[in-house]
Formats: sequence, C-alpha cells, structure tokens
Amino acid sequence: MERQDRVRLTEAEARARRNRSIAIGVVLVALVIIFYLVTIAKMAS
Amino acid sequence: MTLVDAQPVAATPREAISLSEPRDFVSLLKPRVMSLVVLTAVTGLVVAPVHMHPLLAAISILAIAIGAGAAGALNMWYDADIDALMTRTAARPVPTGRVSGEAALAFGLALSLLSVCLLGLAANWFAAAFLAFTIFFYAVIYTMGLKRATPQNIVIGGAAGAFPPMIGYAAATGSVTVESTILFLIIFLWTPPHFWSLALFKLRDYGSANVPMLPNVAGERATRNQIFLYSLVLAPIGVAPYVLGYAGPAYGVVSILLGLNFLRHAYQVLKMADGDDEMIPAKRLFVFSILYLFGLFTMLLVDAGITAFMVRGG
Repeated sequence: MERQDRVRLTEAEARARRNRSIAIGVVLVALVIIFYLVTIAKMAS
Repeated sequence: MTLVDAQPVAATPREAISLSEPRDFVSLLKPRVMSLVVLTAVTGLVVAPVHMHPLLAAISILAIAIGAGAAGALNMWYDADIDALMTRTAARPVPTGRVSGEAALAFGLALSLLSVCLLGLAANWFAAAFLAFTIFFYAVIYTMGLKRATPQNIVIGGAAGAFPPMIGYAAATGSVTVESTILFLIIFLWTPPHFWSLALFKLRDYGSANVPMLPNVAGERATRNQIFLYSLVLAPIGVAPYVLGYAGPAYGVVSILLGLNFLRHAYQVLKMADGDDEMIPAKRLFVFSILYLFGLFTMLLVDAGITAFMVRGG
C-alpha cells in the first residue's frame, strides 16, 4: 500500500498512543513480576 | 486502551484515533473510592485471626483494589449518559470523550477477570468468588438495576462498597464470620447518611439526570429523618468491634467519640430549616462522614498493631 494512503497521526495522537503503549508495557512487566512472586511465595508457604 | 497503528484511510474514520492518556484510564478506576476500599480491605485482613504471608497479603489487597477499580470503570461505562448531566461527574473520561465507552467496558471487564484470578491464586478461591460477586453486584445489580429504579438505590447498592473488609478477611481465613460481618455493617449503615447528605445539596444535579435519589423522590424532610435514623443505628454498631472483644479500649473510646460527633452532625441536618439553600449542616455531615469511616478503620488497624506488638512483647 502506498504510504500516502495511510493515516498520518497528529503530534498529540502520536504522543497519546506512545504513552498508552508505554503504560501497557509497564503493566505487563508488573504482572509478570507479580505472578512470579505469587508462585515463589506459594511454594515457600 | 487500543494500540492504533497506521490504518488505510478508507477502513478507519479519521476521528476514530484515540487521544486518551493513561491517566484517563486511572480516572476510570475511581482512585478516591479505591483508597477507601484498600483501607477497609487491609483492616479486614489484619483483624483476621489467621496471618497471611506478607507478600501474598499485599498482592491480595492489590487484587481487591483492582477489582474495585474494575467495578468503577464498568459503572462509568454504563452511566456515561447521566454522568454528562451532573456537575459532579461531567468531567469524567467517558462523558468528555477522552475514553470511548467501548474502551471503558473492555478495560473494566479485563481488570475484573485479572483481579479475580489474581486473588484466587494469591489467597483462595472463596475470596476470589466473593470479589467477583462484589463486582457483579456493583456493576449489574446497583449500576444497571437499582440506581435508576428506586430511591433505595444506595441502601441496597451500598452493600457492594461494604464487602471489601469481608473480602480482606476471607482472603486470610477463607470464611465469613461475625467479626467480618460487623465491619460490613459499619460501612453498609454509613452509606445512606453519607450519600443522602451529598444528595441533599446536589439535589438539582440528581434531578436533572433523573436519578431517583431519596431527596428528589421523598422530599428533603423525609431524607433528613432517614439520615438521623441510620445514624442512630450506625453509632452503636461502630462501637461493636470493642464490645465484641476484637478491638481494644483505645478503639472503644475513639469509636464512641466519633459516633457521638456523627450523631451531632446528623441532628443538625435533622433540624435544618426547610428550603435552606446553603445546606451547611448537610455539607458538614458529608465531610465528617468520610473522616468518621477513615477514623474507625484506621483506629482498628492501629489497635491491631498495638495488640500484635503486645503479644510479641509478652
């Protein structure tokens, strides 16, 4: 597909999308850590 | 929360690209309500006679907080139409368009599932089922059913806000007892005077949104009477943890003083003149009611800490 057929995000849209993506990434990493800790604590107790 | 990438123009309308920021999704969680949920759930967990692994206890509280946030997001998704009509709620993310209704719904459902699974894994599946029921009760029974149907909406719906200490207690013990039921009753009986005092001075707000709150259905005088009656029952129930022996004398003294002060504020609301536009006593009761609940549960926590210290010292 030609590049000019695609939506060009405004600066605000691109910034909002980037912030959302970072937030999702942080939450996913936090979840991995939390589930790891639950597993270790359950095995220990 | 959507990950929008470059899309063909014909397939995606230009206005569909979201400007929502992470903080808008945090707003969907009702952080102030969540702080009360955390305090009451921690109290339920701490006063329980069974001690959890500290890490699992912390993660259980996190799960309960996420569950409360999920219920808040589902509430904001469903209530966006009436939220837009009330000054108190018009700036919320969905009515302002910062977050789409679909995104709020998906966010709420995903967090509901996550919180229930997390609590089941960290604590036990009885507490997880209790949390799932609480989210259902708030989002479906209260928000979709009672809120627009009956002036007793917050009396019955208030149960959802009163369950967190029972869930915290259940996370530690896997059961429901008289002790946790008393904690439930304190919040359950506190909710009507708290919300009706707000409804008194936000009467027009609720009226313009056609939400049948007690003041705009039964009138201001009937509401003031009901506030006082609930306060009469609440004050002694607030002292019950001391009377039943699972809180010490420090809690007993503080709960009596807070209860008497609550009654004083409720009495001033009862004696408020008809047609009083300023509603100062109602505003004072609303503010004090928040201090009352924070005070009681903080004192229960302090009391449990003192007891634990004395047991270790002995």
